[in-house]
Order: sequence, then C-alpha cells, then structure tokens
Amino acid sequence: MAVLDTVKSVFTKNLRQSGIYIAFVLIIALFTVLTHGILLTPQNITNMVVQNSYILILAIGMVIVIIGGHIDLSVGSVVAFTGAVAGVFIVRMDLPWWLGVLGVLLVGALVGAWQGYWVAFVGIPAFIVTLAGMLIFRGATMVTLGNTQISPFPDTFRNIASGYANGIFGGQGYDLFTLVLAAAGVAAFAFTQFRERRARQQYQQEVAGMPAFVAKILAVAVVAMAFAWQLAHYKGLPIVLVVLAVLLLVYVAVTKRSVFGRHVYAIGGNLSAATLSGIKVKWVSFWIFVNMGVLSAVAGIVFTARLNLAGPKAGTMFELDAIAACFIGGAAVTGGVGTVVGAIVGGLIMGVMNNGMSLLGVGIDYQQSIKGLVLLAAVAFDIYNKRRADLSR
Amino acid sequence: MDDYILEMRGITKTFPGVKALQDVTLKVKREEIHAICGENGAGKSTLMMVLSGVYPHRTYDGDIYFDGEVVQFGDIRSSEDRGIVIIHQELALSPYLSIAENIFLGNEQATRGMIDWNKTNAEAAKLLAKVGLDENPMTRVADVGVGKQQLVEIAKALSKRVKLLILDEPTSALNDEDSEHLLDLLRHLPDQGITSIMISHKLNEIAAIADTTTVIRDGETVETLDMHGTEKVTEERLIRGMVGRDLEHRFPEHTPKIGEEVLRVEDWTVHHPIQHERVVVHEANLSVRRGEIVGLAGLMGAGRTELAMSVFGRSYGADISGRVYKDGKEIQIRTIHEAIRHGIAYATEDRKKYGLNLIEDIKRNISMASLGKISRRGWVNDNEEVKVAEEYRASMNIKAPSVTSITGKLSGGNQQKVVLSKWICAGSDVLILDEPTRGIDVGAKYEIHTIINSLADDGKAVIVISSELPELLGICDRIYALSAGRVTGEVPRETATQELLMQYMTKVKD
Repeated sequence: MAVLDTVKSVFTKNLRQSGIYIAFVLIIALFTVLTHGILLTPQNITNMVVQNSYILILAIGMVIVIIGGHIDLSVGSVVAFTGAVAGVFIVRMDLPWWLGVLGVLLVGALVGAWQGYWVAFVGIPAFIVTLAGMLIFRGATMVTLGNTQISPFPDTFRNIASGYANGIFGGQGYDLFTLVLAAAGVAAFAFTQFRERRARQQYQQEVAGMPAFVAKILAVAVVAMAFAWQLAHYKGLPIVLVVLAVLLLVYVAVTKRSVFGRHVYAIGGNLSAATLSGIKVKWVSFWIFVNMGVLSAVAGIVFTARLNLAGPKAGTMFELDAIAACFIGGAAVTGGVGTVVGAIVGGLIMGVMNNGMSLLGVGIDYQQSIKGLVLLAAVAFDIYNKRRADLSR
Repeated sequence: MDDYILEMRGITKTFPGVKALQDVTLKVKREEIHAICGENGAGKSTLMMVLSGVYPHRTYDGDIYFDGEVVQFGDIRSSEDRGIVIIHQELALSPYLSIAENIFLGNEQATRGMIDWNKTNAEAAKLLAKVGLDENPMTRVADVGVGKQQLVEIAKALSKRVKLLILDEPTSALNDEDSEHLLDLLRHLPDQGITSIMISHKLNEIAAIADTTTVIRDGETVETLDMHGTEKVTEERLIRGMVGRDLEHRFPEHTPKIGEEVLRVEDWTVHHPIQHERVVVHEANLSVRRGEIVGLAGLMGAGRTELAMSVFGRSYGADISGRVYKDGKEIQIRTIHEAIRHGIAYATEDRKKYGLNLIEDIKRNISMASLGKISRRGWVNDNEEVKVAEEYRASMNIKAPSVTSITGKLSGGNQQKVVLSKWICAGSDVLILDEPTRGIDVGAKYEIHTIINSLADDGKAVIVISSELPELLGICDRIYALSAGRVTGEVPRETATQELLMQYMTKVKD
C-alpha cells in the first residue's frame, strides 16, 4: 500500500512538471499524423525553427520578467523599434553589420533601462510602464523610419536569420558539419550531466541510478541527433538556431544557478521577504528589464534580418505570443514560478500548432481561436493539478 | 437535565493520509460561552468547519444535532440559515465598502431590487449600538481599527439572526484594550439569547469568560471542563490537558553567560514614514551584550517594531536620527544590506507576509540572505546549499521530510525555525526577533525558546519583542519597556514582574 502511494505521488508530482512535455510530444504526434508526416520533413522543421526563433528569444526574457512578478507588454513595439534602428545603422549609415548589431543591442539595453527605471525606482506597475512603452516605441519606430520602410539589408546581416552554417566538412547529400556539431553538443551535455551527478554524489545526495541516468542521456541524444539529421538533409544548421541554443544555455544557467536568478525568484515569490533579506530588489527589477530590452533587440535583429525589411508594423502582437508561451510553459501570473525551458517548450507548442494548422489549410481566424483555447487549457490543467496536489498532501 | 443547543457526536474526518478528527464529541449548552482550546493542528478549526458546512455532510462521519434536530449542512449558506455563523481569524470584510454595506453584504436591504440606503444605514446603526461600536455606519471599514472591525463582524453575525456564534481566535490581532472590550461584549451575548463558541490560544481569556471548556488534542476530545465547578480551572490545568503533560516549567531553564556589549543605540528618533511630523520613536537608548537576551515590552503602538525595523537598515520610518555602535565602534546603516553585513538580523512578526517565500522550499529560504557565501563569482553552488540547509534542518529540528519541502506547508513553529536558520546562516550576531512565538502552539513555543537560549549561549546577542509578558519574563535577562515611542523603563530579570512592566508600559511622559 505504502509503495503504491509512493508510486502514485511520484507520478502526480511528475505529471505536473512533465505535463507540458507530454503535451508537446502529443501535439507533435497529432500533427504528424494529420499532415501525413509533412510536419517532420527536413524543410518544414527548418522552417519552424526559423519562423519561431524571435518569439522564443522574447519568451526567454519574458519568463524572467514574469518570474520577477512583472509583465512586459512593450516587447512587440521594441522589436519594431530596434529593427528600425538596425535599418538606420546598417542601411542608411552603412555601418559594418557587426557594429550595427552591437549598436542595436545597446539601444535595446537603453530601452530596457528606461522602463526598468520607472518600474524599479519610481514604483509604477510594470503593466502601466510597458503599456506606455508599447505606444512610445511604436511611435518611435515610425519616427525613426520616417513613415517609410528600410530595405534591402546587406547579405551579411540577413545571414543572421536566413544563413546556414554548412558545407564546412562537405557532405554526401547531407551536411556533415551539422551532425558533428550536434554530436559534440550531445557529448558536452553528457559530460556536464555526469560531472553534476558526481558532484552530487560527493555531497552524499541521492542521485538517480546509473541505468536511469544513461537512459536519460540516450533519450536526449536520440532526439537531438534525429533533429540534426533532419536539418542536415535540408540546408544544414540555421545560424539563428545556434544563437537560440547559446541563449538557452546561458539563461538556463542564469535562472537556475546564478545569484541574480535566485534573487529574481525570491522577489517574485515574496517581495517583502526578499527586501527584508537584504536583496537589492530595485536593482534586480531594473536589470530584469534591461535584460528584456537586450533580448527584444536580439529578436528585433533576427526578425528584421529574416524579412529583409524594417517596417512600422513589425512585431505586432509578439508580446502576447511571448507571454502566452510563458504561461503555457508553467509560469505563474503572481510571479516566483516558471522556467526558461518551460517557456521555450510553450513557445514551441504554439509554433508547432501554427505550422501544423497552416499545413492543414486551417484559416488564420480559426488558428487564433484555437491558440487561445490552448492557452486557457494549459493554465486550467496547471491549476487543476495544483489543487489536486494540495488535496492529496 | 441540561439543555444542549448543539451536540456533535462521534465526528470523524479524514484527509488523504491523515485522520484530522477521531470520534470527537462536543456538547454546547444553550446560552453559554463554550471555549475550545488545543494546540495548533489539534483539529479545532476542522471541527468548526465541519459544523459550519465548509466540509459538507457525507465528507465526515458522525451526527450533528442542532436545536434538537439532526442537521446536515451542504455549505456555509445552509448553516447560516439555521443561525450558525462563524467569524474567522482573518476577517472577511471588504475594506473599501462602508460598515453598513459590509454588515448587509449578501443580505442587502432592498426593495424591488434597489438597495434602500436609509434602511441599510438605520438598521446598521441599531446593530452597532448592540455591539457597542460608536461609529458612523457609512465609514469605510478600512478607516477603522482591527478591534472595531471585529465588532463589525459580530454586528454582521447579529444581522443574520445568529443563534450560535463561532469565533476563531477573536482577539489574536487585538490589543489589550480592544480585547477587553470584545470579551465584555461576548459576556453579554447570552442575554440576547446567543450561544457562542470561542476558539482561543489565550488561556487567560478562556479562564476569564468561558462557562465550559472543551480541550482537543491530536484530533480527539480530551476533556470537557466546567469552568464554574468546585475545582478552579487554572491556565496550568488547561495546558496540562492540551499538551498531555504538566508544563510546570513553561520556559526552559537557562543560565546566561553575558559578555561584551555588541550593539548600542543612542538617542534614536524615528518619524512616521508618511506623516513626517509624527514622532514614532523618541530618543530611545538601548544596548545588548553578547550572550544576553533582551526583551522589548510595550503595548500596541508603543513603537517596538518601528524601533527595531528602523535600526535594521532603515526599513521603517523617515527622518531617522541617532547613533548605532557595533562592538564599540559607531557604524552607519543605510540599507538592509548594510545591516546584514554588520551582523544585524530582524525576524518579522508576520512570518508569512514578510519573512518567508512560501512557494519556495526550505533550502532556498534558508539561503535567501546569504547566497553570497555559497556562490562563487555570482554562481550558486546548489550542493553546498543543500548541505548547509540539511545542517540547519538537523540542528534546529525542523520537522520536514527534506530541505526541498515547500515552506508554505510547514507548521508555524517549523516556519519560524526556517526564519531563524536564515539569519544564523547569514552570520548575524545580533538577532532581533519580533513576536517569535506568535501563532505557534505551546509545545513548539518551548522549542523556539530553547533555540533562543542556545543562540545566546553561542555568543549571539538577542532582542526579543513580545506582547506576552510571561514570555518576556520567562526568557529575557533584561527587559526594556516602551510607551508611546519612549523607553520608559529598564528592568533586570531578578526584579521584573508583570505589574512593574505594565506600570512602565502605560507610563505617559509629557
């Protein structure tokens, strides 16, 4: 009986944590069947990655904002504004692409600092500040562009979103470099996991058994290599995927391991307790928004490079997609809860659904409604599970 | 034969894995004041929730007889219809509505769907007169004090033609004066034909007003005592029933080892953060030595918490002046961060609101104020964190399956141990503990007192703020009394008595 209870509790506990991953797999399976496998073809996978990259980049920043107990409604406008600034720097002023990109990132940081100042030091709720920011930076976009649009961009800049790292090792119908890099990534993952496990053992903490550990690594390796295999059979490794992977690694580490990340969770969980524990809550909030500004600029660069155009309507509704990704990924409206990986998976769920429904020829009208329902269902499921977990303790 | 208005027979209530109530019997006589006492988690609140229909019929076993009939309530509404009204510890008033609106919330005085404001306010005024509250019914609830809000709750209950009034810890948030007034009111409820059940931790209040007391321990009825019987029921007698052991020594024995002065505050003056001209703390002087436990006594509004928080990195107040010496050297503390760096810690009186991140686990709460120590170049060492937290779980005897347990699910005593661990982990050597045992049951209080003693023995200087004078007398080596923002007295342990402290606490300087 006791054993059964333990098994049950492990399952219910994990269902809450892994529910989102299970849902992700089911949604992929569903659309693979419905589209007769088109969803997972090399070309389509590559498209999905590139099409969703900027939302995923925004979602990384947004989940940190949400964990900290804030919200940012301005990111769509900031994407447009930074895109326009990129146009000015790179096309009108003809700066080298890398200098232009650095400049745009700096502008993003300044935008974030502006909003962070009002939220953190003046104490205006982020909802208001960023609602204002949404209008301010949309307007600033139009002013910067001078009521026209900027196009075309040089190839070096466009490569950020539409380029592929391929052909370095040659290939026989597939890109060897992509596979080698993916394999190296898997090896690095296995190595760090192994090191972490050993460190935990040295501290005499419980670790999963060796078979379970190996199974986990193998599962990750199989998925990663299958994914890389498909990419390699199209054009190779999209550069934007490399950008995304680096951001993911960095921000998973920042949220899980860094003192800053801990402080974000602490202020989102209980602001007063964090304040009375000596955490410099104002500065933490400030840096959260600076970070969001920089990531918005990254998204702005990727989006502009992909469209090869800086226009006044860029990024409309991106903020809502990014926020939805975070909540589908398990973040709490009240703050203090959420993960970067969850937000990414939440964003991918929406991306796969967009793509799958488009392949099936579902109209954009229905797509919107269905996405809304998924958001509602995801959060309802989360609340249902939480309640059940509370009752069964 | 006695006339019972309420009989609960053989009530058993189980939650998955836990038996909350086991065959509990409660018999309440008509028009009496019936007190229920027991440790936290003994099952008092659960029993009242069964009675009021929060846990509907069929989710428990046993029978409830009210006014001689078997009753089966499906929800609170149905129990209120029978005249059973419960007033919870946390008041359920809407702060921005008027007193009258609150009284008739859900029971609006309307004619043809439109609210009749004259009737509402007139009826409310009558009810307020009954509970002895001299306020305009149109005053916003947010603008009256907690004591008066409690009276509004009772007026609201009266408006529902209450027969049985249940009060859950009615005086826990009140100062002595308001408590006295409330108890006085309760005493007169039987004259109006109202029976009351009162759940309370304050044994002196039970001894003062209850006619009968039922003691509950670990979900079972231990005994029912007639308070007017031949044998006088003392507080000690009640405690014996609650904890199942004689608490002859309610406070642990302690021989202090007092050393050098660690902290001294001189001429400390603090103004109100919003009303700048109001002086909250006036030229206070105090000091505390290594290994010493110093108490701060005072009534509500005496400025104890304000004094402590203003010293703790100016986390309260404006226009703060005065000097702080640490280990003989004058120091400047401008932020909480600096206060912590100087080894000063402040554990708040409201753990849940200001002390803990309730959605996080034990280890992250313990490390919250000292992440720098377990991290290198901004990166936290998770394993070190677990190790440190485990050490505190063992040394503080935090009762939880592991350091990854969520703090929101711990009992008050264990939450307080987590808070204390946090500050010791931060390397503090001056600990200011504001109401360290508020809302903690008797057994766990003893444990917290033992921890405070051992902290002093480890060479820390401890300042305890408490509203319970016996607690201060029981654990402190020296006690300062505050009144209206001034330090009005300093009494060593040997000569301190409740009467003497109360004299200082009520002293008014011009």
